[in-house]
Amino acid sequence: MALTDASPIVTARLRHGDSHTLERYLATGGYDGLRRALRMEPEQVAEEVNAASLLGRGGAGFPAGRKWSMLRPSPVRYLVVNGDESEPATFKDHLLIERDPHGIIEGTLIAAYANQVTQAFIFVRGEFALGLERMQAALNEAYQHGAVGRDIFGSGFSVDVVVHPGAGAYIAGEETGLLESLEGKRAFPRIKPPYFPAAIGLYGEPTIANNTETMANLPWIVQHGGHAFAALGEGSSTGTRVFALSGHVRRPGNYELEMAKTTFRDLIFAPVLGGGIRHGRELKAFIPGGVSAPWFGPDQIDLPLDQDAVGKAGSMLGSGSVVVMDDQTCVVRAAWRIVRFFYRESCGQCTPCREGAGWIEKVVRRIEEGSGREQDLDLLLDVCDNIAPGLSWPPQQTTICVLGPSIPSSIVWAIRMFRDEFLVHIKEGACPYG
Amino acid sequence: MARLSAEAVAQARELMSLYPDSRSALVPICHLAQAEEGWLSPEVMEHIAELMGITPAEVLGTASFYEMLRTEPVGRYMVSVCTNIACLLNGAYELLEHAEERLAIGVGATTPDQMFSLEEAECIAFCDRAPCLQVNHRFFGSVDDERFDTLVEDLAAGRLDDDVPHHGVLSRVRRQGGLAVPAEQVRAERAEADRARAERAAAAQAERS
Repeated sequence: MALTDASPIVTARLRHGDSHTLERYLATGGYDGLRRALRMEPEQVAEEVNAASLLGRGGAGFPAGRKWSMLRPSPVRYLVVNGDESEPATFKDHLLIERDPHGIIEGTLIAAYANQVTQAFIFVRGEFALGLERMQAALNEAYQHGAVGRDIFGSGFSVDVVVHPGAGAYIAGEETGLLESLEGKRAFPRIKPPYFPAAIGLYGEPTIANNTETMANLPWIVQHGGHAFAALGEGSSTGTRVFALSGHVRRPGNYELEMAKTTFRDLIFAPVLGGGIRHGRELKAFIPGGVSAPWFGPDQIDLPLDQDAVGKAGSMLGSGSVVVMDDQTCVVRAAWRIVRFFYRESCGQCTPCREGAGWIEKVVRRIEEGSGREQDLDLLLDVCDNIAPGLSWPPQQTTICVLGPSIPSSIVWAIRMFRDEFLVHIKEGACPYG
Repeated sequence: MARLSAEAVAQARELMSLYPDSRSALVPICHLAQAEEGWLSPEVMEHIAELMGITPAEVLGTASFYEMLRTEPVGRYMVSVCTNIACLLNGAYELLEHAEERLAIGVGATTPDQMFSLEEAECIAFCDRAPCLQVNHRFFGSVDDERFDTLVEDLAAGRLDDDVPHHGVLSRVRRQGGLAVPAEQVRAERAEADRARAERAAAAQAERS
């Protein structure tokens, strides 16, 4: 499969060092999409987004237009933009927030107009200090410019936007945890149903929650039309996506690629992309879409970066982050660190997640440190099965949110793919990689 | 300090007015309070409760949930070394070990001069520059032992004061601008626009049929 030469949509501006300023934004066509949207009926804007088949860029990949269509009629409606990027090895929203805050603000305003929301909140992960400063400075500039606030560009449409800082909690990225956090509470995910905040959201009112990269696509969609966006990519994977590549590659980084037209092999090995495995080593395994996703081996490397194709192959494109592990990687240690993350970040509401993550972490650590027992692998799979019965993909859920069923992914697939390596740890009481 | 400064109180009131329910301002106000003393003392949490009309337990209940909100004192510089998957694969634990040796403290501790605290962080979304760390949530990427030592020296000598303010200071950019009219007025205008749009749609429908 050849690399495509489709132009970037959300990262085009980033070649300029001052891409975060209003001056550069206006010089590169900024706020033209919003001006155009404001001349359309709100429903027409929503239709363009529907025609684009824009899938949410946060991780679940739900069509943004469908989310919008579920919004309950009400005199008060809210929009919450999710910039709480915390999925390990995902760093694309971080880039967009720091380098193109106006793009996110313009997308937010387009979504606010299409859904006629009364107030919008841009939730920025607390750890992004520079991102928070850049986003607030950009919003101040946008107010000054008349792009946000009262009677935007003389259209009669008014909306207030607030930049809201998080304070360090992975679970606040979960849609309903995000709303709880924004209400000034612990970020405990809410019990479903309702499945979507479009029915009952912020302060109990109808609310849309969309990812930042999703917002950043909207100015282009309004400018070029939903069909032009849908012409990029293949099937349900339309447009472009920012893939965050990390681990043992020569050129880690964010790469915006046309959906479905590039394979994992291209992303990892193409000289203009990942550039191959470092130090002349071989590929051992890779994680295709954030640490909640089941792992892939070299056999799956020719799969396209396509949401459906990756789903059918038994994992997910998720948050669009790809982690590459070379042949000298201790997979027990890698899987341990991932489950340790879930253990630390479990909010503690549901027993299977709160207790299960801790027990799995302890047992995997025991194996990694050379004190594992023969029966430990069965024990691990049994605990995983209690969290996500059947150990299938997509997983069954026993918890309020999907953090729980994400815990077994790394452990179960690491054991399935590298059982021998776990056994060497147990039998020899040491890690073969030191 | 037992209470927030007058300036912080004024800013807190401003933050509360931004949200339909002032309780939403709790986390931003906690950040504001941390910017003064570097952490949230029981006295400051009581003051926040008083300002917001909630109980100190509610403030603590929220604050204690979030990693960045500190209910114990920390050093002037909080060094957060990421050890999550992308950093792990690039030597994060070796870096963390070096950090412990250089600062002569373990993870979770603060140096006796109250200058540095050290913690093991979860992924901070800077994975293309692994191993990476934050100091007071300012990013430093591709950190090796040597670079770590230089960073510590620069911080201790005050050479990075402009880039890395003391712990607790998050965004130094104040909000400017807003609706300039009450939210109720905007809602009334919105309702009017909705009616006009419905009429236009009905007229267009009638024309077609």
